Amino acid sequence: MYGRKVKLRFLFIAIILLTLILTVFLILKSLEENVIYFQSPTEIKSLTEIDKSKIRVGGMVKKNSISINSNEVNFVITDFKNEINVSYSGAVPNLFAEGKGIVAEGFLEDRNFFSATKILAKHDENYMPPEVKEALGEK
Amino acid sequence: MIYNLVGYYSLLLGLIIGLSLFYFSYKNFNNSNILDNKILSFTFLQLFLVVISFLCLIFSFIVSDFSNETVFNNSHTTKPLFYKISGTWGNHEGSLLLWLLVLTLFIFLFLLRTKNQPVKYKILTLVFQQIIIVGFFLFLILTSNPFNYIFPTPKEGLGLNPILQDPALAIHPPILYLGYVGSSIIFSSVLAATSLKIISTSWASHIKKWILISWIFLTLGILLGSIWAYYELGWGGFWFWDPVENVSLMPWLALTTLLHCILVLEKKSILTSWVIILSIATFSLSMCGTFLVRSGILNSVHTFANDPERGLFILVFLFILIFLSILIFFFFHKDNDKKYYNFFWLSKETSILINNWFMMYFLSVVLIGTVYPIFLDVISSQKISVGPPFYHKLMIPFLIPFLLMMAIGPKLKWIKSQFEDKIYLISFFIISILLAFLVLKNFNQNILINTILISSALYLFFITLRDFFVKKYKNISQNIAHFGFSLLILSILFNNLFTSEIITNLKVGETFENSKTKIFFESVDQKKEKNYNAIIANFSISNSNGEEDKFSPELRIYNQPVIATSEADIKTTLMSDKFIVINLVQNQDFFNVRYQVKPFMLWIWLSVILISFGGIVSFTKKRL
Repeated sequence: MYGRKVKLRFLFIAIILLTLILTVFLILKSLEENVIYFQSPTEIKSLTEIDKSKIRVGGMVKKNSISINSNEVNFVITDFKNEINVSYSGAVPNLFAEGKGIVAEGFLEDRNFFSATKILAKHDENYMPPEVKEALGEK
Repeated sequence: MIYNLVGYYSLLLGLIIGLSLFYFSYKNFNNSNILDNKILSFTFLQLFLVVISFLCLIFSFIVSDFSNETVFNNSHTTKPLFYKISGTWGNHEGSLLLWLLVLTLFIFLFLLRTKNQPVKYKILTLVFQQIIIVGFFLFLILTSNPFNYIFPTPKEGLGLNPILQDPALAIHPPILYLGYVGSSIIFSSVLAATSLKIISTSWASHIKKWILISWIFLTLGILLGSIWAYYELGWGGFWFWDPVENVSLMPWLALTTLLHCILVLEKKSILTSWVIILSIATFSLSMCGTFLVRSGILNSVHTFANDPERGLFILVFLFILIFLSILIFFFFHKDNDKKYYNFFWLSKETSILINNWFMMYFLSVVLIGTVYPIFLDVISSQKISVGPPFYHKLMIPFLIPFLLMMAIGPKLKWIKSQFEDKIYLISFFIISILLAFLVLKNFNQNILINTILISSALYLFFITLRDFFVKKYKNISQNIAHFGFSLLILSILFNNLFTSEIITNLKVGETFENSKTKIFFESVDQKKEKNYNAIIANFSISNSNGEEDKFSPELRIYNQPVIATSEADIKTTLMSDKFIVINLVQNQDFFNVRYQVKPFMLWIWLSVILISFGGIVSFTKKRL
């Protein structure tokens, strides 16, 4: 019915469309799986169930809350409304200090305990992650 | 004082000259067969004025003239001279002035060096480049004037962020900018050539040089940034898929693809649409990166001040440029498909085309991963971040066919080809698989995807290595670059697989011990420098073979501004890096220690240098 050329072109377009759809699907799918959500201590308190996926928690490091031993650093993140205990066994960034803004990445144990796998390094002492600013701004 | 005035008025004059160049171009465009001397001299004058303005800023930094707001915000009298100078581009205003300098430098060199091309083409390129230049003049003068005057003059400046006080980062911006901003000249000349319909093989070999320059500098610029992140940030990695790194990678991917397309265009006069779109994309991505970084949407060391006005200006300007180029593309570009060019599926063209698609795929992955969180934040104010697993998962599977194509593609001939030397192509393939399997088996890392990935990288490695020795290989630059790439992938893979890390908290005199490594924290020293105080921790670390190394990483507390930074101590050998970084947690006597052994670290840097060396060889090759 159709010439060979037309058929070929049709096939070509079909292949390209299929690949495009597949690509978009692949990207979106893995975005869904690998996205890390940011939550403030207050948001965590109001969670109905504890998710096993990785999240980020941000706020201030509470005054006098840092304690350290040979394999762990423990501290409290606060947004001045609610607090969460964090345990962390990894390298600490330079600007990690009491009373400074912080973002910790890791997993929730329950509503009060967070085990961090990474503490994000900041570049500048005056810098406050926008997420933290927002979390603190709600007070 | 005087520098402020001179610098500022040079900028204003430069802007006026930019505007007057439009007029001269218009006059010259209609009635002349030779390039008007006025145009060349005015372009030079513009460059000269920007240089003056730039020098004024540098001098203000050197003499610590704090009546200049930029100097006040970013410098300090106790800073070493070298960092006073590099501080010039270590801030928003100064780096934009550098951007402008590169823009004007490139158009001047372009007019000077371009021969055998129509005069109209040169003039039109100048016009498009001047649109960009005038845009940036306005941006600089209206929103981020580097010569703002403060009265009364402060006694002391606020100082430069200490992590920027580093030799690699002092030269990183100029090198990166030569590539990043250098792509503007490709953008302008492509638009000019499209509107004049002179895209041809001779045009391709003329523009190829400019693409190569941009590409070489961009590659080296990214490398410098990466090396800096490795030893200064103390995370022990070299690439974090951080949005700021991504915005430099995206133009690089587009530019690399463009480089391959232009080769096809040069030889076969096909893929013109690809070339046009990629040229536009490269510069748009550069602009887009500037927008994302400077508007304060992405937060990093590159974000100097969060000023929404600046972001808006770049965004509007970016849209104007993209709109203009799309307009030109659709109205002027007619694919000359009359002499429809048929090429066989098994040919060099096809393989380059296929790799183009792969590159575009990588590019869109990086683009989506970078932009999606911003997008989501705007529409639903949900804060998310996209981490390395996303990129790894989407890229690694496609890297395998990509590597194989890189090995086989260059072996093919133009138009139509058959596989020659099938035997060695296949035998190398088998050897690669066996070798990869053996390596991973020995180290108990038997993961399927790693085996396949390493074999394909090894395959490219062997094939390109062989080509260095076999026959007088015609395309030595391509071979060097592809060889470098295989080395890069191999080093990154081995580096990832075999890195070992110990993180612990120690007091002075304590020892950490596991089956392989013993870390003894010997003592702590103090050192006082002009602009910082340092705490030096001395470690002796021995491994299971009884080899012992001394390390003394530092913790520096800079005085202006007061910021603590860690200086890692790195012992680099040919086969591996030993990396130690310390940190002191406030009010505690424990030191936080991170010790890593990272194999093939040096090879990652070397292979990137090798890749750009391939570009340099191609650039210096005699042609025409």
